[in-house]
Amino acid sequence: MEQIINFLDDNTLAMLSLLVLSSFLGMEIIGKVPTVLHTPLMSGANAISGVVVIGAIILIRRADATDYLTLVLGFIGIALAMINVVGGFAVTNRMLDMFKKKERKN
Amino acid sequence: MDYSNIIDLLYLVSIIVFIIGLKGLSHPESARKGNQVAALGMGMAIVISLFAPETGDNNYLWIIGAMLVGGGIGLTSAKKVAMTKMPEMVSLFNGLGGACAMLIGIAEFGNLPAGTDMMSGAVLTNIFAMFVGAVSLTGSLVAYGKLNGSLRDNFTLPAPQLINITSLIGIIALSVMIMTQPELNMALVYALLGLSLFYGIAFVTPIGGGDMPVVISLLNSVTGIGATGAGLIYGNNIMIIGGILVGASGIILTVMMCEAMNRSLINVLVGNLGASG
Repeated sequence: MEQIINFLDDNTLAMLSLLVLSSFLGMEIIGKVPTVLHTPLMSGANAISGVVVIGAIILIRRADATDYLTLVLGFIGIALAMINVVGGFAVTNRMLDMFKKKERKN
Repeated sequence: MDYSNIIDLLYLVSIIVFIIGLKGLSHPESARKGNQVAALGMGMAIVISLFAPETGDNNYLWIIGAMLVGGGIGLTSAKKVAMTKMPEMVSLFNGLGGACAMLIGIAEFGNLPAGTDMMSGAVLTNIFAMFVGAVSLTGSLVAYGKLNGSLRDNFTLPAPQLINITSLIGIIALSVMIMTQPELNMALVYALLGLSLFYGIAFVTPIGGGDMPVVISLLNSVTGIGATGAGLIYGNNIMIIGGILVGASGIILTVMMCEAMNRSLINVLVGNLGASG
C-alpha cells in the first residue's frame, strides 16, 4: 500500500488526469476520415509524434558540458527526431499537394 | 524570476495549435492547412523548450548542431522520395522518432542519482519510454524493409506467436527485476533494451506486406505513446499531450484503415499467418 501511495503524489495524479483526458480527446478529434486521407493523416500524426524531440532537448540542456555520453545520446536523439518532424511534415505536405492537383484536373 | 508558469502557458497555446492542426488534417478541404498549422505548433513548442528555465549547462551548440543535421536530412529525404515510396518513408521517419524516445530512456537511466529508489515512478517511466521506443524503432524498420523489398514479404520467424508471447513475458519479468533490485543494475537494463528491440522485429515480421499500412499506423500510435512516456520522465505537458493525441488518434485511424479493408485489427495482427501468400 505504501508503495502505491509513493507512486501517487499530487504531481503524478495531475499528469495522470491529463493523460486520460487527452487520450479521450485524441480518440474523438479525428472523427470520420475519408479513405483518401488515411495516409496523409497518418503521416501528419507521425510528424507530431516527433514532439519527443523536446525530451532530447531537455536532456541536453540539463547535462553538464563535460558529460559527453549524455551529450552524444542527446545529439543523436535530437537529430533522429528532427528527421521525423521535418521529414514528416514535408512528406505530408507533398502528399496533400498531389491530392489538390488531382482535384483540379477532375 | 521564475517564469516557468509563463512557459507552461505558452506550451498550452502550442497544444491548442496541435489540436486545431490535427482536426484540420482529418477533413479533405482543410487537410493541407491543418498540416501547416500542426507544423507551426511544433515549431512553437521547440522554440519554447529552448527558452524554458533549466538547471544544466544548456549546451546550445550541441542542440543547434543536431537540429540542423536532422532537419537537413529530413527535408532532403522528404523532397527526394518518389510518391510511390511515401508509406515506407513515413515508416522510417516513425522509427527514428521511436529511437529518440528509446535514447532518452537509456540516457535517463544513466542520470538517475545514486540511491534512487528503484520501485518508483521515475524508474517505471524510464523503462516504459525505452521499451516502447525500441519496439517502434525495430518494428518500423522491418515494415520499411518489407515495403521497399529489401526484406522478403514471407520472411518470418518460426512459431511467431510463441516467440512474441515469450518475449513479452520476458520484458515484463526484466522490468519487475529492475524495479525490485536494491540499486540500478545496468546489465538488466541492457537486457531489457535488447529484448525490446527483438520484440519489435518479432511483432512485425509475421505480418504480410499488404497489411503494412495498418501496421505503420499502429507503430505510429506506439511512437506517440513513447513520446508520452518520455514526457512523463520530464513532467513535460506538451510531450505528454502531443504524444497521447497521436497515440489515441493513431489507434482509431488504425481501426478505420482495417475497416476500409474489411478486416479486423486482430485479424491483421494475428489471424493472417500464411494468408498473405
